[in-house]
Amino acid sequence: MIPAADTAAAENAVISIRDLKFTYEGGIQALTGVNLNIRRGEYVAIVGGNGSGKTTLAKNIIGLLKPSSGTIHIQGAPASGQKIASLARVVGYAFQNPDHQLFCSSVSDEVRFGPLNLGCPEQELDRRVQHALEIMNLQEVKDKPPLSLTLSARRRVSIASVIAMDPQVLIFDEPTTGLDMRESDGLMASIGNLNVEGRTIILISHDMKLVAKYARRVVVMSEGKVVLDADPAGVFSDLDVLLRSKLVPPPVTRLAYRLSSLGVPREVLSPEELVFRLMQARGGAR
Amino acid sequence: MDKTPALLLKNVRFRHGGSTDWALDDVSLEVHKGQFVSILGSNGAGKSTICMLANGLVPHAVKGDLQGTAETFGEDVAKKSVAELSTRVGMVFQEPESQLFCMSVEEEVAFGPENLGIPRQEIRERVEWSLGLVGMTGYNDRSPFSLSGGQKQRVAIAAALSMRPEMLVLDEPAYALDPLGRIELYKVLRELKDIHGMTVLLAERDAEEASLYSDQVILLESGRVAARGTPREVLRDTALLASLGITPPQMCEVSTLLRSRIPGSSFLFTSVDEAEKAISDEFSVGRRRGTP
Repeated sequence: MIPAADTAAAENAVISIRDLKFTYEGGIQALTGVNLNIRRGEYVAIVGGNGSGKTTLAKNIIGLLKPSSGTIHIQGAPASGQKIASLARVVGYAFQNPDHQLFCSSVSDEVRFGPLNLGCPEQELDRRVQHALEIMNLQEVKDKPPLSLTLSARRRVSIASVIAMDPQVLIFDEPTTGLDMRESDGLMASIGNLNVEGRTIILISHDMKLVAKYARRVVVMSEGKVVLDADPAGVFSDLDVLLRSKLVPPPVTRLAYRLSSLGVPREVLSPEELVFRLMQARGGAR
Repeated sequence: MDKTPALLLKNVRFRHGGSTDWALDDVSLEVHKGQFVSILGSNGAGKSTICMLANGLVPHAVKGDLQGTAETFGEDVAKKSVAELSTRVGMVFQEPESQLFCMSVEEEVAFGPENLGIPRQEIRERVEWSLGLVGMTGYNDRSPFSLSGGQKQRVAIAAALSMRPEMLVLDEPAYALDPLGRIELYKVLRELKDIHGMTVLLAERDAEEASLYSDQVILLESGRVAARGTPREVLRDTALLASLGITPPQMCEVSTLLRSRIPGSSFLFTSVDEAEKAISDEFSVGRRRGTP
């Protein structure tokens, strides 16, 4: 069950959402009452099937969509009165399709554009662009036109341009879609580094292997609301809620369910962990 | 029996117009009729080029330098038009949105055969048949845009099926689908193969589903065939997969780890069912032996 709204928790939260509802023009109810607190420095995955409301929620948080009812507080201040530009200083959003946000003639101009627009002073600007290019591994292509790059590099450019605005919270919407394993591992390592720097990471994905590997908290959405909110182990051991949310745990977790008589816990998240638990259970029995 | 392969590539090289790099570099492979074949590789390995060769988009729409032999059902793709090939080879792309454009599911599925000038009654039959195969009967009047991602992709497949192709070619069809949508999609493809004898050729970056549903797996590396065989033969080498940038199936990773941890063992499984049985056999005995 969803924990009751706790005032103290809401005050400490970098994002606090109460009874958020959103209906698109034409009547589709995309959010039907979301309650969620996200604390500073967390690494949260928001998961759910196609059409469960994940992207709509993100767009409400960044002010691109206005709630039909309910409230969103960003660092304690109501989001409703704030301009998108001022929210962007706190919460950055990397779109699913990077080409939606790329338009400059070089990678470094692209990355510079956001903070420049926010009125960032010159010297600070250089430092931020430099840091964003470094963390996203874009040094070598910084003078190239973004649209000439591979999908993987274009996605890193779009993320670098968000990082350069120095937001406390970063929302990544399906960041690994279309990337192969190497590209995906590289990108996720960079996102991990952003979290180590103290930034709050919100990862929107329906790739369960990815979520199991990287997130420390998993919020499951279904039909426009939060139906489960726990650590990955807790979420992946609740098969009923997952299936009702059009999600399926990774194969290794499904195998762990079936090996409980051998002493394997239900919440195994990786092949390495499964084999470790098996060997441990066998060693312990001897 | 006619042994002509559905797709035959012999020493095929292809480079895009203006490019000096070969997208395909001496590729030889066959896809036999009635087989489910998965082509796996990282981005840029040449998967999409092979898919587009199968229905003639390469070299007719995507121009370039094509060398070697490329035949679908015994006919040279370079000498046939895409329109002719499309009656035998149906194509489904990554994102259903990019190929759905009609106001209703029915119009969408009827579009191909209508363009062939097929009589109305037969079109109606083909629409019902195609929607039935993908589990979308009764959705005729719905707008494709009101459907879930998985349903959209199944409509895109129905639209390809209404041409009554002998082979379906799918380029990362599960790209934008949620986990249940992926499973539904692969089940439909496997049924098309098992029940209707359809030849299925599929490109993927993640080997998870390929390990469960394919008869044959082909690994690509920079435009070359790196390995081919049954899923068990090819996917057991998880280190090779990782070095090619292909996500290994988790059950193959578990078998590789167990082989290295238990000397002399020969674990090899691709499905959760197989894994459960093999591990229970090994570890239950081990426990009984060890417990006083």
